[in-house]
Amino acid sequence: MGMVSPLGNTVDETWSAVLAGTSGAAPIESFDVSAFSTRFAATVKDFDPTPYMPAKEARKMDVFLQFGMVAGIQAIEDSGLEVSEEDAPRMGACIGSGMGGIAAIEENTKLIAEKGPRRVSPFFVPGAIINMVAGNLSIKYGLKGPNLSTTTACTTGTHAIGLGLRTIQYGDADVMVCGGAEMVTTPVGLGGFCAARALSTRNDDPVAASRPWDRDRDGFVLGEGAGVLVLEEYERAKARGAKIYAELTGFGMSGDAHHMTSPPEDGAGAALSMRNALGDARLAPGNVQYINAHGTSTPLGDKAEIAAVRSVFGAEAGELAVSSTKSMTGHLLGAAGAIEAIFSVLALRDQVAPPTINLENVDESCGGINLVPAEPQKLTIDSVLSNSFGFGGTNGSLVFGRV
Amino acid sequence: MSSIEERVKKIVAEQLGVKEEDVKPEASFVEDLGADSLDTVELVMALEEEFETEIPDEEAEKITTVQLAIDYIKENLG
Repeated sequence: MGMVSPLGNTVDETWSAVLAGTSGAAPIESFDVSAFSTRFAATVKDFDPTPYMPAKEARKMDVFLQFGMVAGIQAIEDSGLEVSEEDAPRMGACIGSGMGGIAAIEENTKLIAEKGPRRVSPFFVPGAIINMVAGNLSIKYGLKGPNLSTTTACTTGTHAIGLGLRTIQYGDADVMVCGGAEMVTTPVGLGGFCAARALSTRNDDPVAASRPWDRDRDGFVLGEGAGVLVLEEYERAKARGAKIYAELTGFGMSGDAHHMTSPPEDGAGAALSMRNALGDARLAPGNVQYINAHGTSTPLGDKAEIAAVRSVFGAEAGELAVSSTKSMTGHLLGAAGAIEAIFSVLALRDQVAPPTINLENVDESCGGINLVPAEPQKLTIDSVLSNSFGFGGTNGSLVFGRV
Repeated sequence: MSSIEERVKKIVAEQLGVKEEDVKPEASFVEDLGADSLDTVELVMALEEEFETEIPDEEAEKITTVQLAIDYIKENLG
């Protein structure tokens, strides 16, 4: 597993910060934000790609690609995977992004306006398109199997992992390197989410802005980064003595068929996604102990997800721990599902539910559920469910189990 | 002000991520300095920027070594 996040540039650094209840939000300093209604974000700090690739290569990639490559390299190194000529055709990658190289698009648009089309870099297209984390990783490691990318807004990372799982289950590959990468903390990215009224405007207190299920929540906090996991067919992983963190036991999807940006109040699409994932894992709801929620801190979304949890888990909902790590990382959009899948795996490994910070007064519609406020909780966890829901009404859920 | 030779070598080193001492006059961008077709397009753009000139594509294709770049700049700026 590999990760670049607002809380650290490795999995370990981020996970320690999550268990310590740290917020990654801070005022944006990379460009002039004075005219924007939201002037903070959870950005990646002290990022340096050069230990992972020559500066010359990094220069040809939009920052989201650099994040994705670093997370991907970390994940492959961590997995101890060796790519032989014989195995290469059975190894692939599926790594997505919600928006791709917005920063590169902005820069090149400006160049054309100021200096004309001859100044557009030949690396603009391969440095900005969404599938280039998967592409560049395959080139670096010689992964000759399926090479894919997903783009389903904030469900991108979850879908990439789920479709990687299906690729292995169907028999198209034995190993899939899966995840998501995102970096839209740019004038156009921030401006777009501001205009959609999706972001918190708590400019005077950024670290308190992401407060899923709290009465005073007012939108999500823009995050950035990348998460990548190596999925491997179980017998193959066992045979080579791989470090196995967890088993990916279930994947479910659904569409809201409702509205461009809002979920239905009853969370029906979210519920169907969770049911499909549980069905795929052949698990009864009572066998899940922890949900890493989508929980973005938006007024409607948080409510709908809890309504969905109640409808799927019924009386068992009271036994569950449900938390939102977005209270700390902010919302990494297309990378959110990937880093949260990693948190779900680590929750299983360490038998601990990470906390929801800033949860001071629980929204009255969300009562009676253990939302893991403020502090992590030690729990016996056999299975974890991780949810992602995106604009367009696209939903995905993953179930991880202990091996 | 550095000489044209020095300025060209500096740009080649920066663009292709190689050491300045490896940028010898006879060095070919593709054969010796590890450039691919996109690198050479970007290199020509950097030369255009540095010397505030425009190199037509049919001329740019002929600039395959450090010396040819230096010669072109000298001829067209001189």
